[in-house]
Amino acid sequence: MKAFTYERASSPEAAAKAAANNSEAKFIAGGTNLLDLMKLEIEKPTHLIDVNGLGLDKIEKTTEGGLRIGALVRNTDLAADQVVRRDYGLLSRALLAGASGQLRNKATTAGNLLQRTRCPYFYDTAQPCNKRQPGSGCSAIGGFSRQHAVVGVSDACIATHPSDMAIAMRALDAVVETVKPDGTHRSIPIADFHRLPGDRPHIETVLEQGEFITAVVLPPPVGGKHIYRKVRDRASYAFALVSVGAVIQSDGTGRVAIGGVSHKPWRVEAAEAELGKGARAAAGILLADARPTEENKFKVDLVERTLGAVIAEARG
Amino acid sequence: MQTPKQLEISRRDLLITSAATVAATSVAAPLAAAAQSSGNTMDLTTSVAFSVNGEQQTLVVDNRTTLLDALREHLHLTGTKKGCDHGQCGACTVIVDGRRINSCLTLAVMHDGDEITTIEGLGQPGNLHPMQAAFVKHDGFQCGYCTPGQICSSLAVLEEIKANIPSHVTENLTEQATVTSAEIRERMSGNICRCGAYSNILDAITEVAGVPA
Repeated sequence: MKAFTYERASSPEAAAKAAANNSEAKFIAGGTNLLDLMKLEIEKPTHLIDVNGLGLDKIEKTTEGGLRIGALVRNTDLAADQVVRRDYGLLSRALLAGASGQLRNKATTAGNLLQRTRCPYFYDTAQPCNKRQPGSGCSAIGGFSRQHAVVGVSDACIATHPSDMAIAMRALDAVVETVKPDGTHRSIPIADFHRLPGDRPHIETVLEQGEFITAVVLPPPVGGKHIYRKVRDRASYAFALVSVGAVIQSDGTGRVAIGGVSHKPWRVEAAEAELGKGARAAAGILLADARPTEENKFKVDLVERTLGAVIAEARG
Repeated sequence: MQTPKQLEISRRDLLITSAATVAATSVAAPLAAAAQSSGNTMDLTTSVAFSVNGEQQTLVVDNRTTLLDALREHLHLTGTKKGCDHGQCGACTVIVDGRRINSCLTLAVMHDGDEITTIEGLGQPGNLHPMQAAFVKHDGFQCGYCTPGQICSSLAVLEEIKANIPSHVTENLTEQATVTSAEIRERMSGNICRCGAYSNILDAITEVAGVPA
């Protein structure tokens, strides 16, 4: 690990300011992903800003009837929150399907959104990777790509976003609230928060230098059946090959976001109009632009079948 | 699949971007230096105070020191083990402010004021914690390397169920989670045992929890 200076931030605004104009500064919250990457010298910050003491660990009702989840709320606390369990079951289920108990106790709401891909070539510093070293090439394309993305991919990168939580957030139309170094605030719909890889896969979100996430806001509950179905190589403590996060209403309408298939939580609203016709119709639209590799084309079928299982479960 | 032509483009891009990276680095360094001179405490070491097994400790550590290394190398509490050092195996599990965490994936300097419990704080030879005794009784280990993490984790698992924290296998999210074999298995998945003592570990935990295995 490279040496770094360390400070404990005194406020969200101060944290943002401390990271302004310093591309080598990083915020640290749970640290479960950042420290992993720092040990491998994939992340090499020269300055860490500890944001754990900022009091952003509350879950509060909004005046609109939704929930404001502080950026520092731990994954365990969010999953265990009584209101989340009752009204946003999809979010609880997604969180509990991810990582281990130890990791969920540290990992935060904002950090979960910002975690980096688990592409093995991103982690292997001996291999080219456009995300780790822009312009060096993509080893996954033409390499072992069973776990990789099938849709929204580019010639520069086929990495997936690893988060389960983000899939639920996308289906629930969450909004990310931030503060910038100049003290201004903005609200970013989750749909716009993560980027597709394009020719700059190292830029993963729309956050600006120093911009700091303060909360994630959920709109009022939408009712329906909340289902998160994750397909993975082990029954527990593994990243998704494919996951489906869905809220299905009694009339068969609903919303669906897919994990394990793209550089960002994958949702196509037009596909949701086809849900009543069944999984094949909806999956056909969801993955209409899929560009799988030989090794991961099974994911296209797997999305359809997993979605079918979710629809069947919703009909119960 | 990637074509050879695309590979050629990638190599050219590599050269172009490498040059840009060199330029960016030379700009970033003065910025970092500026940030360092304008901030609060900008040393490569930091003082941190926390309690370990009820004893107050004050350390001045290199900022890079993980809680795991602080426990083992600075405080010589070597019961907590370093397995993968990447949060994948659970051998380093300790309890901080009542919660189990991977001590390898957190910096010591992030724990100012915290209360840390390690395996040494649970029980000692001749004065074993009931969970330690149950692991011995049920042969819940072979080589023993993962055992301190397994025991810290299993105690926290029972507390998490008591605190009504649900898990992936909890049937109904709006009901209190219960202690079952399935719940314990799921919740212990962050602790790997390469010797494969899982069934005996489960027996030990279920006995302490007071449920049939």
